[in-house]
Amino acid sequence: MTLLDIKGLTIDIARDTGPARVVDGIDLSVMEGESLGIVGESGCGKSLTMLSVVGLLPNRIHATGGEVRFRGRDLLTLSAKELRRIRGSEIGFIFQDPMTSLNPVIRVGDQIAEALIYQKSMTKAAARVRTVELLALVGIPAPEERANAWPHELSGGMRQRVMIAMGLAGNPKLLIADEPTTALDVTIQAQIVDLVRELKDRLKMSVVWITHDLALIAGLADRIAVLYAGTVVEDAPVDAIFDRPTHPYTRALLGSLPTLAGAAMERLPFIPGTPPEPGRRPMGCPFAPRCDLARASCTEAVPKLQAVGGDARHKVACPVALEGRA
Amino acid sequence: MTALLEIRGLAKRYDIRLGAFGERHAVVRALDDFTADIIEGETLSLVGESGCGKSTTGFAILNLQRPSAGSVRYKGQDIAGLDEEAMRPLRRDLQIVFQDPYSTLNPRMTIGEALAEPIRFHSLAPKADIPARVARLLEDVGMTPRFANRYPHELSGGQRQRVAIARALACQPRFIVCDEAISALDVSVQAQILNLLLDLQQKYELTYLFIAHDLAVVRHISDRVGVMYLGRLAELAPSQALFAEPLHPYTRALLSAVPEPNPRAPRNRQRLVGEVPSPLNPPQGCRFHPRCPMARDICKTSVPDWREVAAGHHVACHAVFGPGRTSWEGQA
Repeated sequence: MTLLDIKGLTIDIARDTGPARVVDGIDLSVMEGESLGIVGESGCGKSLTMLSVVGLLPNRIHATGGEVRFRGRDLLTLSAKELRRIRGSEIGFIFQDPMTSLNPVIRVGDQIAEALIYQKSMTKAAARVRTVELLALVGIPAPEERANAWPHELSGGMRQRVMIAMGLAGNPKLLIADEPTTALDVTIQAQIVDLVRELKDRLKMSVVWITHDLALIAGLADRIAVLYAGTVVEDAPVDAIFDRPTHPYTRALLGSLPTLAGAAMERLPFIPGTPPEPGRRPMGCPFAPRCDLARASCTEAVPKLQAVGGDARHKVACPVALEGRA
Repeated sequence: MTALLEIRGLAKRYDIRLGAFGERHAVVRALDDFTADIIEGETLSLVGESGCGKSTTGFAILNLQRPSAGSVRYKGQDIAGLDEEAMRPLRRDLQIVFQDPYSTLNPRMTIGEALAEPIRFHSLAPKADIPARVARLLEDVGMTPRFANRYPHELSGGQRQRVAIARALACQPRFIVCDEAISALDVSVQAQILNLLLDLQQKYELTYLFIAHDLAVVRHISDRVGVMYLGRLAELAPSQALFAEPLHPYTRALLSAVPEPNPRAPRNRQRLVGEVPSPLNPPQGCRFHPRCPMARDICKTSVPDWREVAAGHHVACHAVFGPGRTSWEGQA
């Protein structure tokens, strides 16, 4: 069953000179129990798309069109109060930098308990017990003592575990993780990735993992959506993305990825140019100016997602690439 | 193969005060006993996790932070601890590029002014020639001379990093420390900047000390790689050997934590448990022993020697005897 269904979402930044479009008609869905990886470079709209799901878009940035259905209800039409009820209980969110998302003057246990008391109307004592359970669940050693720690007393990895415990506090159906390991070292990143993968199976959640790191997401996601300049350019099961990448951008991204396997390269392949800035999106396909397959027709209309061959689960927004595969 | 820099026993300690009133005194051992040569024309990379001392090493070599012990020989002279006056003529040769060019470029200076400053400071060209020098620097890093009139905020992250590289090039250096110089960039831009650094290295016969945490990147651009853990070198080897046959248990764990862009790659490979201890109170003996799967009693008490176990392949580990062999073999 579909848990989250985003259709035609547009997000604009309100500027003095008029609105600048940053998310331009995104379609995305997450099935129950599925983990979806959203991959893209900075400014592609991957974080804003998911922030709009929980109604946490920054000031002056608004969802201006489309719908975001969670278990059938359009979240964009809910009041702030109704959204608050869903956020934290049905949808959990983990942010990139735990140091700026944790309150430095409240003990970590109290920050988790606060959510439980507020969301689940628990008594203080019951919230305390549940908090310690949650800290143990995310692999924090000596959870009873650590519940009394201040955020600055914990390492980066431990703080991110606390954030995950907070995200799980309401027993969410959907956990959204926004680059949760970007600030962490690679050995700690591996621990956090293992933890989230294990929790997802154990708690039967759906997970959306936002990242710029294709290698990381390979071991995490069932399905991957590749974003470029506010649009989904390719959406496919994880194997298809790595075995049969079809959009020129996906192919170029994979091609420019240095790896530990294979022959060492003298020079790394790269994509010329830079992604367009918000409000300066080119006409037609946003990737056309950097694309080696581009032809005149690419600048006429924004390409729509279409199934590759007979595989309805593998969708690509590039008629030129599809023609080549036919 | 001549050594451009000979580094011996380099160390950096910070005295800090702890407690609400600074009543307790402590020493952070950020870098200990770093010994290596940096060969002319090579790219030597230093990798390791936060707090392992890789950036401190770069700063200490350049004498941007005065080392607490050890020597750095450059052109027959020990530059470790030289005062600023004596360092000034050497600064031309020894440059650095940082991770975040936005915080190192003055937001009120145009790109042209920022590039002219080192030329003027070191009197490298007559005043009239400076605009032409600036234009050539911009072209060197793949930008058009019209960027000279722009301000840092008008540039993208990749362009700002190009400017930072151009500024390091302005004094015609021989040695550049690239301190996480590409870490903040998007994947597609990272490769552009890496290729630029490699082109410039060939063109101007530069030597790089490349400080990074991304092992996959390091593998492709380095001649030699050093792996650091908690302020000490654990292993140093030609890049090919290090990635094909890592010897130190920490290097192996580090490499196995790097995600592979392959959904069918085996999961749950060797995982390090726990986290890096504080350099305030590093473990006795081998600093890696509390997390090491191979640790024995000797590792808890004695610091392993820095040994060359194969051609150019150095390692500091009691357990490693040589490629494919451990010292524990035949022991109970």
